[in-house]
Amino acid sequence: MIPVLAVTLVAATVAPLIFARIGRNAFFILAAVPAAAFVWLLFQQGAVYSGQAGFTEEVLPWIPELGIELAFRMDALAWVMSLLILGVGTLVLAYCARYFKDRDQSLGVFGAQMLAFAGAMFGLVTADDLLVMFIFWELTTVLSYLLIGYARTRLSARRSALQALMVTTAGGLAMLIGLIILGTTAGTYRLSAILAQAAGGAGTSAGGEIPALATGPAQDAVATAVVLILVGAITKSALVPFHFWLPGAMAAPTPVSAYLHAAAMVKAGIYIVARFAPGFTDAPFWLPLVLGLGLATMLVGGYRALRQTDIKLILAFGTVSQLGFLTMVVGLGKPDAALAGLALLVAHALFKAALFLVVGIIDHQTGTRDIRKLSGVFQSSRALGIVAAVAAGSMAGVPPLAGFVAKESVVAAFVQYGTGKDSGAWCVVLLVGLVLGSILTFAYSARFMWGAFAVKEGVERTPFKAIRPAFLAAPAILSLLTLVYGLWPASVDGWIQPYAALFAAAGTAPDAGPGHLSLWHGLTPALGLAAIIFVAGTVMFYGRNVVARLQQRVPDWIDGDRAYQHTIGAIDDVAVWLTGRTQRGSLYFYLAVILSVAFAVPLTALIIANKPLPGGLYLVDGNSPLQLIAAAGIVVGALAALKANKRFLAVLMVSVTGYGIALMFALQGAPDLALTQMLVETIVLVAFVLAMRSLPPELRDRTGGKYRLVRVIIGIAFGVTMIFVAIYAMGARVATPVSLEFPRLAYEGGGGLNVVNVTLVDIRAWDTFGEIAVLAVAATGVASLIFIRGRGERLRASSKVAEGSVGRRIGVVRNSHDGAQLALARKFADVGRNPWLVAGRTLAPERRSIIFEVVTRLIFHSLIVFSLYLLLAGHNLPGGGFAGGLTAGLALTMRYLAGGRFELSEATPLSAGTLLGTGLATAAASGFVPLLLGGQVFQSAIIQVWLPVFGDIKFVTSTIFDIGVYIVVVGLALDVLRSLGAEIDEHFEETATMAPPDAGPDEAAEAELETEARVTAEAQAASAGQAAGAGRSPAAGQAAGAGPAAGAGEVAGAGRSPV
Amino acid sequence: MSVNLTLLIVMGVLYACGIYLILERSLTRVLLGLMLLANATNLLILATGGYAGLAPLFDQDIPSEDYNDPLPQALILTSIVISFAVTAFMLGIIYRTWTLGRQDEIQDDVEDRRVARTPSFDAEDDADVPMETSEFPLTAVASPGTAAESDGETVTAGAKELSADTAALEESPGSRNVSRNINLEGGER
Repeated sequence: MIPVLAVTLVAATVAPLIFARIGRNAFFILAAVPAAAFVWLLFQQGAVYSGQAGFTEEVLPWIPELGIELAFRMDALAWVMSLLILGVGTLVLAYCARYFKDRDQSLGVFGAQMLAFAGAMFGLVTADDLLVMFIFWELTTVLSYLLIGYARTRLSARRSALQALMVTTAGGLAMLIGLIILGTTAGTYRLSAILAQAAGGAGTSAGGEIPALATGPAQDAVATAVVLILVGAITKSALVPFHFWLPGAMAAPTPVSAYLHAAAMVKAGIYIVARFAPGFTDAPFWLPLVLGLGLATMLVGGYRALRQTDIKLILAFGTVSQLGFLTMVVGLGKPDAALAGLALLVAHALFKAALFLVVGIIDHQTGTRDIRKLSGVFQSSRALGIVAAVAAGSMAGVPPLAGFVAKESVVAAFVQYGTGKDSGAWCVVLLVGLVLGSILTFAYSARFMWGAFAVKEGVERTPFKAIRPAFLAAPAILSLLTLVYGLWPASVDGWIQPYAALFAAAGTAPDAGPGHLSLWHGLTPALGLAAIIFVAGTVMFYGRNVVARLQQRVPDWIDGDRAYQHTIGAIDDVAVWLTGRTQRGSLYFYLAVILSVAFAVPLTALIIANKPLPGGLYLVDGNSPLQLIAAAGIVVGALAALKANKRFLAVLMVSVTGYGIALMFALQGAPDLALTQMLVETIVLVAFVLAMRSLPPELRDRTGGKYRLVRVIIGIAFGVTMIFVAIYAMGARVATPVSLEFPRLAYEGGGGLNVVNVTLVDIRAWDTFGEIAVLAVAATGVASLIFIRGRGERLRASSKVAEGSVGRRIGVVRNSHDGAQLALARKFADVGRNPWLVAGRTLAPERRSIIFEVVTRLIFHSLIVFSLYLLLAGHNLPGGGFAGGLTAGLALTMRYLAGGRFELSEATPLSAGTLLGTGLATAAASGFVPLLLGGQVFQSAIIQVWLPVFGDIKFVTSTIFDIGVYIVVVGLALDVLRSLGAEIDEHFEETATMAPPDAGPDEAAEAELETEARVTAEAQAASAGQAAGAGRSPAAGQAAGAGPAAGAGEVAGAGRSPV
Repeated sequence: MSVNLTLLIVMGVLYACGIYLILERSLTRVLLGLMLLANATNLLILATGGYAGLAPLFDQDIPSEDYNDPLPQALILTSIVISFAVTAFMLGIIYRTWTLGRQDEIQDDVEDRRVARTPSFDAEDDADVPMETSEFPLTAVASPGTAAESDGETVTAGAKELSADTAALEESPGSRNVSRNINLEGGER
């Protein structure tokens, strides 16, 4: 069975290729796959039926931890089902080759789905593992969705597909829960084992044997499971109240309807009922559900079928009706009924598939399925009419066809059941309902034949294209089989007997072994009922106008479709309402809700628990009373940050808290933290100023009024909650801290004295590695936010930049305060003085500071050396990669601030991206190289060497990891400087050069022409110089060209050099 | 376990101020609030280390209880540097928001408001679907020698006018983007 499945699914995957090559005839090739499997199946008959066991089995382990196996078992039931699935599948696929055209959209995918569906159905009926069976079950659901929605450009197809998917998936989920309950209760997921358990010691001959599962100790769980599984079966087989999806699914191409919605998929629910019936008919709710819903569906389906004017819908409602009928018979749990039920199942698959295929041909040849438009089709194609008549006759139960044989045995079974000793009044109800349903079936069968083929008065004869034999072959074969089955029912009887015998073996009715299928049973009550059915059905057909009028007066009590629409509509309404209430689009609202929950829940818990405060509280640490002063500073800083209405003041106040915390760290005994915090605070401050310089200095408070009070309340409540949570959490700590071992581990294992550093680079190296990865990501994020594309090319060498051209202040009105300052600065600025920095001369004179340049010159290299010292000494003394990297970053910051962006570029021969990559690679290498050497990830080694001059050197390999950290941090700092510093500088200068200054351009141009001209000329010279330098962006070149827009083209033309 | 109230009270104040700030509309203030929250959290972690102690620089003679707990310190160190990276990233966002929209305020999401006003009617779910009684509605038009003459009849396919014959050739169970300009009922057009 596993090879059959594998071949089918592989063939399905390659199917689109075949279609691309040879078009629709590829359906014949696809049909060969189930055909071959069908032949294989016929050869299996001996093994299945003659063997001692009565089945063949294949098991492959799959997920042994969960007890899930790819277990497949072919017994009589699976064999009969497979026969239908593969046989009808072959015929329908062959039929498709003439139904579709080469040019139809996505034919290859359609073919693949059809074939895959055949495979999934085969897997479903042969699977012996509950969960594997469920997987195939869901596969059929999904494939059915895709196949119904084949005409995806049509709204009706999409909606029907979705409806079928929703209904069957909902049922499938319920079934999954049921299967899991059942599997857990039984302790195995093997279907056969569960059924053996359910039968409760099958093989003992005594009557009234009590099934173990359904009435055992776990009977409530089993009852629930059975109901849930039945829900799955009911949705899949379109029983009331879920019957509506099946007529909707008629939006599918007719071959799909023939295969999925007549022969195969909708039978999956019947299969489940049949599969579980031998063990679970005694479960509570089984009989009421199966019989009640089955009968209701049979009557509703038949009633609705009589009202349809589309021949395909007549069949669809007929199918609904027959599915109800089948469920009822198969689920009864008596040997006779089981025999009759499977007989009916086979008969139904044959005649209903044939009828759907006939409908497809009529639609294909005439262009309509409306019985009000069809007329005289029988005269156009007698062959088609005969094929249809045989199938419809079987549906109506006319002898000597399959339907008659099956229905006879069903009626006989129910008559026997209804008159038997354990029957009740409701058995009579069942029998009456069954007969009524059969009358309806007879009537709509006749209506179908009449509607599709008859000549109707007042209707023009429908044009009908001639049918090719290959097109008619599939339904003809099915109809022929219907006839053969009716005349020689013995072979079908033989196939089914072993299944029916299961019920007898369970000993539920020792006196009644299964009978036999046969065309002639003699003058039995069943025959009499059949006669009643024929007469009443014929009367109903001839009185169809009266019936139609009656039906019009009756309101639709059960309209599942409308109920479904209302349900979906209600869900939509609730969803929109809920989204509108919760998804306000206001960050403030979201945060307020989240934070309120964040403090309210712990606070409530604390209050309810009402525990006394833990001991060990103290206000001031005796070891560091200075903490109080730091604390006061932090609190003042934080409160001032709230009140500050200038941007930079607020930032400064936050920095105060940061520095205060650095002091706290130092006092607490954490020099590494203090050092790092100081460095970070400084760099953050610089970054803040750089990024914020283009924003207005005022920080306006827009969230005022009542919201302010809410914010205050949330803030205070949150802070207080955190204090108490922290107190209780720390008070609850009883275990010895794991870190007590750290100092020893650090020294002996990590070879370092600085425990914090060794923790970072060795004990918790994974953690740190993750962190530096985050740093690299954040740095890249900053760069992409500012540069948008790339990280910017490296700037050209500073020697090619015009002197004093960077950072000019442009458009300052001379008589203003700023203008005066600028004039003064220029007077004293000495552009030509000896450069202390490489690129210092590129900076505009008013931007330069001789003191800053000298200081930078003096301490830059010292800082870099110091950073390296921190890095290397960090293993034993405060420092390490983070502190070292930040120090180097600070040194670069100084260079940038003192000498401008070209100075920064001169100071860093490598780009930030290269640094980040190198750093990450170094750290990663220190992680996996030990692996190559046979150690563990991030394992460190201590290497002691003697070097001349240095003496004994103790080198720990985790230092390499720290070097990686160092490089990444430098890369991060560089990215921040290049983006928030250098690139924003350039944005400034570009906007200043391209557009007139913001403040009063007109007056400025008039009154300050001289200044303007001079400044513009300089800026232009700079731009021109930049443009002359290799590879500037076109925007800058354009800026040079657009220079005259500032109003001084002639002067610029003079090309006056900077002072 | 010892609990240092000074640290915790400072932490509480920082949390309160930070929360107050992140509930603002101004992006800059939100960022400042985040920085305060980061500081507060660092203090919280620090407080879990217990009493102030010696710097965790290993010495054979010092028992490990005398050091300040090194594990929270390692965690805080990581946190400090990450906060730096996050701050830089937020600064990038603030700058970008400013260059694009000349504002540094958090705007309400208009799309969310629109969703809230959306009626529950959805054409895909709720529109009426016409009954379709054939997958091949144009077959009758194109069959030669049938009652419905195909000469000169046209159908609209998308933006194009096609002759009925061509359209019927292209007609298939799948493609129904074709609306007819003719009366199928026959004769009387």
